[in-house]
Amino acid sequence: MTKKLMKGNDAVAEAAIRSGCRFFAGYPITPQSEILEYLSWRMPEVGGVFLQTESEISGISMVYGAAAAGARAFTSSSGPGFSLMQEGISYIASAELPCVVVDVQRYGSGLADIYTGQGDYWQAVKNGGHGDYRCLVYAPNSVQETVDLMVVAFDKAEEYRNPVLLLSDASIAQMMEPVDFPEMKNHDQDALPWAMKGKGVGQNKRHTSIMYYNLDYDNYLKNKYDKMVENEQRWEEVQTEDAELVLVAYGISSRICEEVVESARKEGMKVGLIRPITLYPFPVKAFENLEHVKYFASVEMSCLSQMIEDVVMASRCRPTYPIRGGMKVYETEEILSAVRDIFAGNAKEVY
Amino acid sequence: MEKRRSEILYVDHKFCPGCGHGIVNRLVAEVLEEMNEDKGAICAVAVGCSSLMPDTYGVDIVQSQHGRAAAVAVGLKRCRPDNMIFSYQGDGDALAIGFSETMYAAIRNENITVILINNNNFGMTGGQMSPTTLENQRTTTSPYGRDVSITGNPLDVIKLMSTLDVAYLARGTMTDIKEITKTKKYIRKAFEAQKNKKGYSLVEILSPCPTNWGMTPLNACKQINQTVQTVYPLGEFKGGGK
Repeated sequence: MTKKLMKGNDAVAEAAIRSGCRFFAGYPITPQSEILEYLSWRMPEVGGVFLQTESEISGISMVYGAAAAGARAFTSSSGPGFSLMQEGISYIASAELPCVVVDVQRYGSGLADIYTGQGDYWQAVKNGGHGDYRCLVYAPNSVQETVDLMVVAFDKAEEYRNPVLLLSDASIAQMMEPVDFPEMKNHDQDALPWAMKGKGVGQNKRHTSIMYYNLDYDNYLKNKYDKMVENEQRWEEVQTEDAELVLVAYGISSRICEEVVESARKEGMKVGLIRPITLYPFPVKAFENLEHVKYFASVEMSCLSQMIEDVVMASRCRPTYPIRGGMKVYETEEILSAVRDIFAGNAKEVY
Repeated sequence: MEKRRSEILYVDHKFCPGCGHGIVNRLVAEVLEEMNEDKGAICAVAVGCSSLMPDTYGVDIVQSQHGRAAAVAVGLKRCRPDNMIFSYQGDGDALAIGFSETMYAAIRNENITVILINNNNFGMTGGQMSPTTLENQRTTTSPYGRDVSITGNPLDVIKLMSTLDVAYLARGTMTDIKEITKTKKYIRKAFEAQKNKKGYSLVEILSPCPTNWGMTPLNACKQINQTVQTVYPLGEFKGGGK
C-alpha cells in the first residue's frame, strides 16, 4: 500500500473510521478541530454519524449512549474541553462500556494556550473524573503511531469494557508525516453482549455503575485493573543496556530525546531512553533490569514535571531529575545541557 | 375482569406513596405496549428519583449522568434509529443541570421522546428549590419561599420550546382519571411522532410530591389543580390535533 502524507489530526480520524468506528460527537477546540472537520465529511461517506455538539459534556454523553447501543464511538478534545468530559468518562468506566477519547494536549491550565504541551498527564493518567477507575492511556510519538494506537485503542476498549485515552499533543496533531492505514474493519454493533437493542420482556439490560449489582465490587475492580497493569504495559527502549543516565519521555518529547541520546554518547556520556507508550499502566517492567543505571530524568513539556513521580516509583526511588519545558518543542541542546549538568553533579534532584 | 399489568412493570416501583412517578411509569409502559414498541424501547434515565427505575422498569435502561439524559438518548437513537428511544427525567435534572442538553436536543429536532416529570423541586435530594419551583414556594433551599427577585421566575420549558421547530409538546397531570387519560394520549402522540420520524417530542407531567411538599397525597393533587396549573397550563402546545 502506498503511504499517504497526512496531518496527525486527519490521520487519527481516518484511523477511527478504519477501526469500524461509526459514531463521533465532539466540539471544536484548537489544536484538535481538524478531527471534526475531517469526520464531518468522512463519516457520512461511510454511513456513520458525525455530530457537532453544544459542548464537550454533551459529546461524551452521546458517546455514552452510542457505546450502550454497541457502537464503536469516540470523541476528542484538548485541555479545557477534556476537563468537561471527565464526568462522562467516569460514568462510562463505572458502567463498563467501551469508548475512545483523544486528548490533543495544549500548554497550560485554565484557558491555556494553543502551543504544544504535556500538562494533561495528571488528568489523563491519574483520572480527571471522580471515584475508583482507570483508563488505558496511549501516548503516540508520530503520526503513524497515532494511527496504529487508535486501532489498538478500540480493540482494548472492548476487551476491557473501559474508556481508552489517546494522549496526543499539538505537535503530533499538527505535523504531517507519511502514514499507512490498515484495511477497513467491519464492526457489528449487534454482536456485543452489552449492546442494547431492546430486549424481550422482564429483566432489562442495565447500564449503570456495576457497583450496584456486583457484591464483590472492590475486588472485582482491583483485579480488572491489575490485569491491565500485568498485560498492557508498552514501551520502547533506546540504548539502556549500558546507560548511566536514562531519560524517560513520551510523545513528542521522546523524539527529541532520541537525538539527545546520540549526541550525548558522542560526548562520552552514557545516556539511554525509556519511552512509555502506555502511560497507564506505566511501564514499570521497563525498569526491572536497569540496576546499573545511576540516574533517571523525566523529560516532559510541563512546568511541574507531572510524570516524574511515576518515574521515581518505577526506578525504586533512585536519583531522578526533572527536565522541564513547554510552550515550544525542546531544542536538543536544551536537554543536552541539562544532561551535562546531571553528569557534572550540578543538577537538582526532584526531592 | 382484572386489568392486566404491563410486562414492563415486572416488579413494583420504589417511589413514595402518592408520588406521580408510579402512574407515569405505568402510562409510558402501556403506551409502548399498545404501540407494540415495548420490546424495542430503550430509556435514558436521569439522576434523581427516576434513577430508581433501572431495578423495576422492564426496558433497556442507561443510567445517564445528571442532566445529560437527552444527550445519551441522542447517542442511542443515532445508533438504533428503529428503536423507540426516550429519556425519563425530572425537572431538576432536565431543566437545571441538564438545561443545555435538553434544549439542544430540541433545537436539533432530534427524533427522541422526553418524558419530563415536573414536581417543582429536587425530590431525591430532599426537596430543594428547582427551576420550576413556584414563586413563594417553600423548599429546603428557599425556606422563606422562592424570592423571584433573587432567583428569576419559574421556568416554563414548553413556552421556550414553542419557538423551535419540534414535533410535539404537551403538558399533562395525573390528579384524576380524566387528566390521567389525557396525559396517556399525550404520551402516545409523542411516541407516534418519533415513530413517524417527525422529530423531537416532549411531554411534561405535573406530578405531586407529597413527601417533599409536606402534604397528604390528596392535598398534593389539590395543590396542582389550584396552584401549579395556573403557572404551568395543561394541554397540547405543538403538534396537537388529530
